[in-house]
Amino acid sequence: MKNTKVTLAGVELQNPVMTASGTFGSGIEYSEFYDLGRLGAVVTKGVANVPWPGNPIPRIAETASGMLNAIGLQNPGIDTLLERDIPYLRKYQTKIIVNICGKTIEDYCEVVERLSTEPVDFLEINVSCPNVKEGGIAFGQNPKALEAITREVKKYARQPVIMKLSPNVTDITEMAKAAEAGGADVLSLINTITGMKIDIHRRTFAIANKTGGLSGPAIKPVAVRMVYQVAQSVRLPIIGMGGICTAEDALEFILAGATAVSIGTANFTNPYAAKEVAEGIEAYMEQHQIADIKSLIGAVG
Amino acid sequence: MKSREFVTIIEQKKIASDIYSLWIQTEHIAKGARPGQFLSLYSQDKSHMLPRPISICEIDREQGRIRMVYRVVGEGTAEFSHKKAGEQIEVLGPLGNGFPLDVGKKRIFLMGGGIGIPPMVQLAKELDGEVQVIAGYRDELFLTEELKEYASLYVATEDGSAGTKGNVIDAIYAHKLEADLIYACGPKPMLRAIQSYAKEHGILCYLSMEERMACGIGACLACVCQSKEVDAHTQVHNKRICKDGPVFLSTEVEL
Repeated sequence: MKNTKVTLAGVELQNPVMTASGTFGSGIEYSEFYDLGRLGAVVTKGVANVPWPGNPIPRIAETASGMLNAIGLQNPGIDTLLERDIPYLRKYQTKIIVNICGKTIEDYCEVVERLSTEPVDFLEINVSCPNVKEGGIAFGQNPKALEAITREVKKYARQPVIMKLSPNVTDITEMAKAAEAGGADVLSLINTITGMKIDIHRRTFAIANKTGGLSGPAIKPVAVRMVYQVAQSVRLPIIGMGGICTAEDALEFILAGATAVSIGTANFTNPYAAKEVAEGIEAYMEQHQIADIKSLIGAVG
Repeated sequence: MKSREFVTIIEQKKIASDIYSLWIQTEHIAKGARPGQFLSLYSQDKSHMLPRPISICEIDREQGRIRMVYRVVGEGTAEFSHKKAGEQIEVLGPLGNGFPLDVGKKRIFLMGGGIGIPPMVQLAKELDGEVQVIAGYRDELFLTEELKEYASLYVATEDGSAGTKGNVIDAIYAHKLEADLIYACGPKPMLRAIQSYAKEHGILCYLSMEERMACGIGACLACVCQSKEVDAHTQVHNKRICKDGPVFLSTEVEL
């Protein structure tokens, strides 16, 4: 029996595969394709203290081996998440990670506090959405601001706190160290890379927000590099993501130093992607006689 | 459980410039499909991450087949158009809600514009009553034989090369047509015109909308439209076109 279990901040996951926030809703739509209990965790779409309407359309555009999105953190607010989505997800044998967005530190802390008595396993703090001016990116591109919000959120949090890092910075290790200094329990990276696409026929921007976040296999080498750099610079466990489509992709992140991995854009290309990555990791362990996945974490050299 | 599957192509035919007709064999999709729903078609080129939403043109429930008529607009749809009978194509569906059929009105307009015309074929087949199709084309006609088989057909073309010169609203006035119920699918400016025509004449009207989609199943919130009321799912003035639509009452959406 191969051991695929990993531990993040003292919480054990049955396998290292989870979904990337924003690509999986609250899992309800994907539960029509497979048992969500096959995943290590489900990460919900970013939720704020009140409903957010998001950005104008068009919100997405396909690009080579990827896509740009500027959804703008549309979300139904914490009340609906607690009434509808969390009870639904509790039916599955998987961990629940709630991704949180806000405009001010107070917004974040309000949601964190509301979740403190709820049956969720982790809180992921989105300080890196590139598509909303006040969507937290202000906290995610300045080490001092990141350390401060991390420290503040930790005061209210009863669950382990994951700080989700932006790649749109000069040195991501500075941000990782700031989150660690602020008391983060786990880091997740990378969020999308800011990009732009221009429609030459209409001579306008392909998405209404002008800029969007680039995701998909196009960004994977950047993501693997950043996971490796962060793993070398802090002691916190890392959830790696950015263009993972297959188990082979996921294993690159694990070898680079990620304890767990998230599947994002690949869910759109293949609704079974996350489940298939989990199965593929097991098959790799079988094939290479690896008894414990933990022996692969950061094992590149 | 929903399933994405490879299905066999029965027939692929070019029926106008850049317009292709594709019949696929898929018992389970054909069994559950309704007019106005769509399928997601997946490219096998890994550089294309997103499925292409294509509307259902005809459903052959007896033989378990679905027909889609689509326009080649880029590399993804070009890839589909190169596939031949006997080859496989990866699909998911049926997706979205179709047109509601039994609303108790007998004089009906089916208004299609461009690549919004195909869903009107199956809809015309399934409706009882006085079904009048008003089809708007840029210039080149397609699907007119099928539409004539199940309804009376009125054509409008932008260049006036066939039927009324102008748009579908111009054709209604030119032929002095009347209806108690409208189903429409087409580009947004056309839907906007039909929405105000329906409001002006107090006609019950359903609009099928389109927007760039990513997941196609309601998870990603890429393809939203503005709703008049706060939507129960999203808790804001937004509805998901792929999941809550693509068909909406003309009075519930802002175009």
